[in-house]
Amino acid sequence: MCLAIPGKIKSIEFQYDGTVRMAKVLFGGITKEASLEMVPDAKEGDYVLVHVGVAISIVDEEEARKTFEYLEEIGEIDELVASSQLDRPNPL
Amino acid sequence: MKYLSEFRDPEVVEHYLEELHKVATRPWTIMEICGGQTHSLVKNGLLNLLPKQITMVHGPGCPVCVTPLNLIDKAVYLAEEKGVILCSFGDMIRVPGSSRSLLEAKANGADVRILYSPLEAVKIAQEHPERQVVFFAVGFETTAPANALSVLHARRLGLTNYSILASHVLVPPAMEAVINDGEAQIQGFLAAGHVCTIMGLEEYEPIVQKYHIPMVVTGFEPVDLLQGILMTVKQLENGEAKLENQYSRVVKANGNPEARKVIEQVFEVSDREWRGIGNIPLSGWEVKASLADFDANRKFAISIAKASECADCIAGQVLKGIKKPFECSQFGKGCTPITPLGAPMVSSEGACAAYYHFAEADVA
Ligand code: SF4
Repeated sequence: MCLAIPGKIKSIEFQYDGTVRMAKVLFGGITKEASLEMVPDAKEGDYVLVHVGVAISIVDEEEARKTFEYLEEIGEIDELVASSQLDRPNPL
Repeated sequence: MKYLSEFRDPEVVEHYLEELHKVATRPWTIMEICGGQTHSLVKNGLLNLLPKQITMVHGPGCPVCVTPLNLIDKAVYLAEEKGVILCSFGDMIRVPGSSRSLLEAKANGADVRILYSPLEAVKIAQEHPERQVVFFAVGFETTAPANALSVLHARRLGLTNYSILASHVLVPPAMEAVINDGEAQIQGFLAAGHVCTIMGLEEYEPIVQKYHIPMVVTGFEPVDLLQGILMTVKQLENGEAKLENQYSRVVKANGNPEARKVIEQVFEVSDREWRGIGNIPLSGWEVKASLADFDANRKFAISIAKASECADCIAGQVLKGIKKPFECSQFGKGCTPITPLGAPMVSSEGACAAYYHFAEADVA
């Protein structure tokens, strides 16, 4: 769970009544939502290191690509894919 | 060399290994704090490639592993008895409590949900105003900004049905506890790259000075780890003790100040019990009293008697680097990832699970 994964900011929107900067971030083929509150300078097209739904730093593209490839190679991205399916509650 | 093909850049790896074999003349014991690094070291077979003089011992940096039994029992209680929607990271729900895990509670009908991010739990709270939603907020400094943000988001939205069960631990006090314990005889540390991405380097300098111990902030890829180990060994061989940053492409000296601001708004430093290790003073974060409404502990006034740990599990010694997983009598026998007796066998960042999955035959 401590893994931080680099991804590319696809789009930025304001949520929570327009107060919070959230991004759609691309990790390979997967898109996930991440808060940009910790990286106020991040803009569309930038690469950010995302940990449990929060971008914690901006990284350069080359670094991001290398890290992502490594994670993919050792199968760590599978975890992201698995956790991207929100576990649905027991039928109520 | 059977793992070498998995490396991104075998040549660089080879180069660092050669360097290490040249530089290391005496036996050294180095601890990597971060469970993600343990996982990477074992998974990539690096432990088998290091010079014999270098012993890597695995630190307590697995938040799932050090979350106390009592808190797991509390989470199970909230899900079963209070009927809350209990949300958690995936790893945490399989850790055995004193009578059952959250996964078993879920199988019995409790509403336990696995999430990728605490921010998703806030959305669930928004969608279910009639239900109480609790996020099991475990983690080191890396995860604290996300957990803290979830509280701030919930407050901003005016939610009264969201709270977190915090189990937040801090790396520097744990390092000191490991040093002071003495038994493991740690001579150098790889500090955790992603923790320092948030916190920066400042907190570590005093530890380096006080104990005259080399420390290298390190990333988690094979090449990072080998470089970090090399930098540490060079210091040791030269009789130096410095704080160095191998992971400077990500870690800035002052960390991420925005993230720390968010942490400060929500958390305050507190004493913390570490599973298997015991109480370490000022080693955790608790939700501030002014945000008591978002603190599941206070909100539900939960009080559950402390149960005792499985007698055979030596997780405490494993987490302090005193024993290796295969020295446990239950390792791979009574205790496997399917039937874990202790948390280090559950989390992929736990040392026992890492050894079980990747290195059983090679390392033992
Ligand atoms: S192998 Fe299992 S029982 Fe032994 S220390 Fe690890 S988690 Fe505990």
